[in-house]
Amino acid sequence: MEQEKVIQIRDLKVYYKQYRKNIFGKKRRHQVLKGVSIDVFEGEILGLAGESGCGKSTLAKAIVGMNKDIEGEINLKYSDTQMVFQDPYSSLNPSKKIGWLLEEPLRVDKERKWTPKERKEKVLEIMKAIGLPKEMLERYPSQLSGGQRQRVSIGVALMRSPKVIIADEPVSALDVTIQAQILQLLQQLNRDLGITILFISHDLRVIYQICNHVAIMKHGEIKEYGIPYEVYRNPQNDYTKELLTAAGIK
Amino acid sequence: MGNVILDVADLHIEFHDHDKPETVVEDFDLMLEEGEIVGIVGESGSGKSMSALAIAGLLKRHALTKKGRIMFNGTDLLTCSRKELRSYQGDEISMIFQEPMTSLNPVKKIGWQVEESLRIHHKDIDKKERKRRAIEMLTAVGMHDPEKLYEKYPHELSGGMRQRVMIAAAMIGEPRILIADEPTTALDVTIQAQIVELLRKMNREKGTAIIFISHDLSLIRQICKRVIVMQSGNIVETGYVEDIFRHPKMSYTRKLIAAIPQIDLS
Amino acid sequence: MKKFFSLFKKNKATGERNTFLLLGVIITGFILLMVIVGLFYTPYNPTKMDASAKLQGISFKHIMGTDNMGRDVFSRVMYGSRITVAIATFTILIGAGIGTIIGALTGYFGGIGDEITMRIIDAMLAFPSLLLSLVFVSLFGTGTYQVAIALGISFIPSFARIVRGEFLRCKNMDYVEVARLQGASNIRIIFVHILPNTVGVLLSSVMIGFNNAVLAEAGLSFLGIGAQPPHASLGKMLSDAQGYLFNRPSYVMSIGLVIVLMVLGFSFLGEGIKRIKN
Repeated sequence: MEQEKVIQIRDLKVYYKQYRKNIFGKKRRHQVLKGVSIDVFEGEILGLAGESGCGKSTLAKAIVGMNKDIEGEINLKYSDTQMVFQDPYSSLNPSKKIGWLLEEPLRVDKERKWTPKERKEKVLEIMKAIGLPKEMLERYPSQLSGGQRQRVSIGVALMRSPKVIIADEPVSALDVTIQAQILQLLQQLNRDLGITILFISHDLRVIYQICNHVAIMKHGEIKEYGIPYEVYRNPQNDYTKELLTAAGIK
Repeated sequence: MGNVILDVADLHIEFHDHDKPETVVEDFDLMLEEGEIVGIVGESGSGKSMSALAIAGLLKRHALTKKGRIMFNGTDLLTCSRKELRSYQGDEISMIFQEPMTSLNPVKKIGWQVEESLRIHHKDIDKKERKRRAIEMLTAVGMHDPEKLYEKYPHELSGGMRQRVMIAAAMIGEPRILIADEPTTALDVTIQAQIVELLRKMNREKGTAIIFISHDLSLIRQICKRVIVMQSGNIVETGYVEDIFRHPKMSYTRKLIAAIPQIDLS
Repeated sequence: MKKFFSLFKKNKATGERNTFLLLGVIITGFILLMVIVGLFYTPYNPTKMDASAKLQGISFKHIMGTDNMGRDVFSRVMYGSRITVAIATFTILIGAGIGTIIGALTGYFGGIGDEITMRIIDAMLAFPSLLLSLVFVSLFGTGTYQVAIALGISFIPSFARIVRGEFLRCKNMDYVEVARLQGASNIRIIFVHILPNTVGVLLSSVMIGFNNAVLAEAGLSFLGIGAQPPHASLGKMLSDAQGYLFNRPSYVMSIGLVIVLMVLGFSFLGEGIKRIKN
């Protein structure tokens, strides 16, 4: 069965502004992505692996429209794509209560108006989905543990029932046992709600555990793409081999 | 071998900066033999870093109580004078930290920072000799062109290089114990592997005993022979890494092992 | 309310009491009480002159004595504090209000607008605020309102600076990206998402700003600009009293004491609030 593509990227180039070295210097553009092409299929979890500075976060930001200076094509099947960030300590506004944070996506929803009652109902539904007790709605982010906060950030992303979620290193800042729980939650959302997840991580083990496909990035290019089992077993690219060795897999 | 150089027994650490006194480490025991690598594994809040800081003598002396003993060279580091403690710190016992970005002083040259412990503990060594040793050390940690690096500042280096400089600075006094607190957590995997290899080399060549602290059991498995598993201030399990992997006795250890994503490529 | 009182109790862990907050609340409360009571009742008519009771010392009848025109100094202090507090409040409202908006917009949007605004603000900050207020007073003329506006404008730069700094810190936090992804407008992000996070810093600078405003008002009135007779502000009264420093020191001292108390109270309050935050 040919699966539908929810994200289709063709020859994407992203540039960052580089500051002038001195007042007479030229403003230079620094190319971060050098022609990336990739497809994300409906209902899958795609792992995007690579080390810091390889451009994986840049790719994510380009998809959700946070990078403006781009060339190439990005076709999205669904307009509403939400993101979950790495650091649950900075992705939740410290001055707002959990309930407020969860309601906010509905308050600013351009598609439809939500009545306060509908908002409350949806919040309770999501709290159930992310496995947090509803007493926590009255708490501030600082009163939650790292794992609970990351659940809340996932909840915030889920509020408008998006079909695609981009998770940028969502478990890197967490303890291993908590990591396992969050991964389980993501898998469950993928399975039960059919949400497509673009999962960005530097950890090849984690990617192996939950992803249907993996793309290995280095210096703004995709070096290798495939099913994790096959890529890990028989890596074609030198860099992939190096990563696998470093992670103690091969 | 088999010579015990550090003997920690019944270590208790209690904090007093909240409403109730909070016990962060309870009944911590550790016998470190010459030249061995011991791992301490646990999640955040398990007390692994606190125990390490206590051994390094870096716990602040106010707002907390400590019980037990940390015997090194026939002295109890917990009760000895500040002056005596200082004579060990950075010389016989040194430490490297997780964040190479903040553990180097941004306004001092690399060479200066690497030499610092010689400057403090070995006043008889002259400037020329210090520089010679610093450069030797920088070469030993695998830096290319150490002469040039000697004159550079931390911001000119990448994370992995900074961690190498940290290791060079910690090792220059040829310490008997090196405490490494999550030394690779902030680094990329390929760099991580290099730093682990470097620590192993230091251990092999200089015979430095290493206390390696990490939350990553699979990393501990790569480098340590013995491991101490900690949870909320207590030692849960201790023994040889391979034994623990094969027959974990406690449910928490099992949980930690289960949390490592398994990869079966056969 | 219970929470409010618990702020003054001894912290069980450290055994420390927030003495600054306690003193601040007591002193400021006393000053405010004086101002509020002064709205309805003063022991004597503050503007009524009595030639037979000039420059009297401290007594039960006149607890701060009388001035050179036989007016009761305490009544005038009650009345004058009101004007001083009103001018300071108004100054802060203008300074913090406009300053916050400028700081928020420039900090959030950045770019050429930020660059230009900040250079203007740098230029304004280069002058002492008293001198700057004098310039504005010469533009607007003298009088209570004019002084409040002049002081308010001269206070804008420092508030804009502080708020801009906070915005620069907050705008790169992930939660701002999250809000943007959800489709929140820039205005909503600025005022609903980021601004509440600057309240702590803003509050302590308001306290310090209030002090500066009280002192600046006193300074301006001392120079004869500001509240005009028969109205009185503390600064104006101090200026009137200086001539009698040697033959009736209690006159000058009692007015000076009230100014000092007012400034001290707010300083303590600001420091106390800062300690709660920590």
